[in-house]
Amino acid sequence: MSDPAIVADQLVKVYPLDKSGPPLRAVDGISFEVRRGEVFGFLGPNGAGKTSTIRMLTGLSQPTSGQATVLGYNLTREITAIKKHVGVVPESSNLYDELTALENLMFAMQLYGVPRAERKARAMELLTRFRLEGKRDVLFANLSRGMKRALTVAAALAHRPALLFLDEPTTGLDVMSARSLRQMIAQLRDEGVTIFLTTHYLEEAERLCDRVAIIVRGRIVALDTVDGLKERASGRAVVEVTFLDANRCTQTRRIEAEDVAVAVRQALEQVDGAQLVALNTLRPTLEDVFVRLTGLSAEVMLAEKGGQGGGGNAGG
Amino acid sequence: MLADDLRCMGYIALKDLKAYYFKPPNISWGILLPFAFVLAFAIRNPDNWHELLPGLLGLSLLFGTSSMEATVIVFERRTGALERLLLAPVRLPALLFGKLLGGAAFGLAVTTAVLVIGLAVLGGGHVQWFWLVLTLLVSALAFAALGGFVSVAVKEIFEAQTLANFIRFPMMFLGGVFVPVTTLPPILQVLARLLPLTYTVEALHICLYGGTLNQVVLDLVVLAAYAIVLFILAVHTLARRLA
Repeated sequence: MSDPAIVADQLVKVYPLDKSGPPLRAVDGISFEVRRGEVFGFLGPNGAGKTSTIRMLTGLSQPTSGQATVLGYNLTREITAIKKHVGVVPESSNLYDELTALENLMFAMQLYGVPRAERKARAMELLTRFRLEGKRDVLFANLSRGMKRALTVAAALAHRPALLFLDEPTTGLDVMSARSLRQMIAQLRDEGVTIFLTTHYLEEAERLCDRVAIIVRGRIVALDTVDGLKERASGRAVVEVTFLDANRCTQTRRIEAEDVAVAVRQALEQVDGAQLVALNTLRPTLEDVFVRLTGLSAEVMLAEKGGQGGGGNAGG
Repeated sequence: MLADDLRCMGYIALKDLKAYYFKPPNISWGILLPFAFVLAFAIRNPDNWHELLPGLLGLSLLFGTSSMEATVIVFERRTGALERLLLAPVRLPALLFGKLLGGAAFGLAVTTAVLVIGLAVLGGGHVQWFWLVLTLLVSALAFAALGGFVSVAVKEIFEAQTLANFIRFPMMFLGGVFVPVTTLPPILQVLARLLPLTYTVEALHICLYGGTLNQVVLDLVVLAAYAIVLFILAVHTLARRLA
């Protein structure tokens, strides 16, 4: 088995808030491994420490304490070597408005030392792959939000990184753009690129990630495969009841309880004499796991991000 | 690692020139502003206007180099584009030097245009071309480092413009552009000696109209010291901001 792509050992990041306030412990002693070739999901509410973790692992900020290796290189001593082999897609698309799509890709390749003879062909390959070939001479500023996101991912892939960090890649995208981007992420995984994905869309994580870590207030509270995490939640029974209300409108309620009998009884109480349409027991979703572990609802997490994006329709 | 730094330095400078500098407003600002000031002075003092070329060149270099330089880094920090550079395999000093090279190159291009026009209109004496070019190069780096320091020392673009003008305008009036430093009151002469533009104008005057070259060498040493100190300050300030 090959070395892990990332090994983080007790990473801590503390930001001094201001002269009078206490320091902010954004990341509080997290340890985890990311295996080569997997999509590793990093889930958590706003301010949980997801972006701070990415910033440390990509050399944008230094850990306050703890250590890590990325692709076998030591995070504190070999950061330039790490930077050569990773790609980063930040939460906000940050290419240059003043350059065209093609110029942005060419500049990315220049920075990472892609041989001059390969640059143009590689840029055209990426533009085609991300369906932007017709936009090669359009300024980045004039692209749609979805196209900007796609081009930002393309720029991060320009030097063929072995590890790609994606920070909330589909936030703010329309459903079709988000779906398209998820398909691209799945393709990259199939090609063997290791992906570190932060997202607040639980369906997205469930669909794309091989393993998921849930981080709350700077600490990892769970780390497992999606199925493994669901197993943890399987101690609770979930039933979904559908009925017709007094106005003959269909209503659906989701009930969670310690066991099935209690859940069914509570569900029937909800029906309260109305016409029952369906009563189903459900397997727990990643959302159920998340709610149990964080005490936050998925809606709260979406509201924090102000995101309606493509999250609710995690196709692809 | 050095090869990575040098490559990134060059491409960052070229990218900045393309994305920010070689735009019509910057070019016209870089050329017209110094001419406007000098024209105003020439109308007021028609007898002395023919020796204004060193000051005109100094002003062009100062404004052409530092105007955008003072805002580029703070602008890229605001848009997140600076993060792209920080994620690349390049060390911080090399990244910042690439930024300064872009500003210096633009300032030199604008000043070359002003030099050509100035020599055609105002005429020059026995021009010391080697020392003239060297003075322009070292001054451009010093002024770019000044702009770079301003850009990393502030958080907002308007703060950068305010701080840059706060530094540049006293230089314009005390740096020997319009009147020789030796004619200023003693206290202002001392102040003038603290300003890099003074050394640029002094050296350019000798390169264009003759004088002792030892003075030019001394001026270049002072300008190089300004460039190095301001660059080191800028690197440390940026590193502290990013920590």
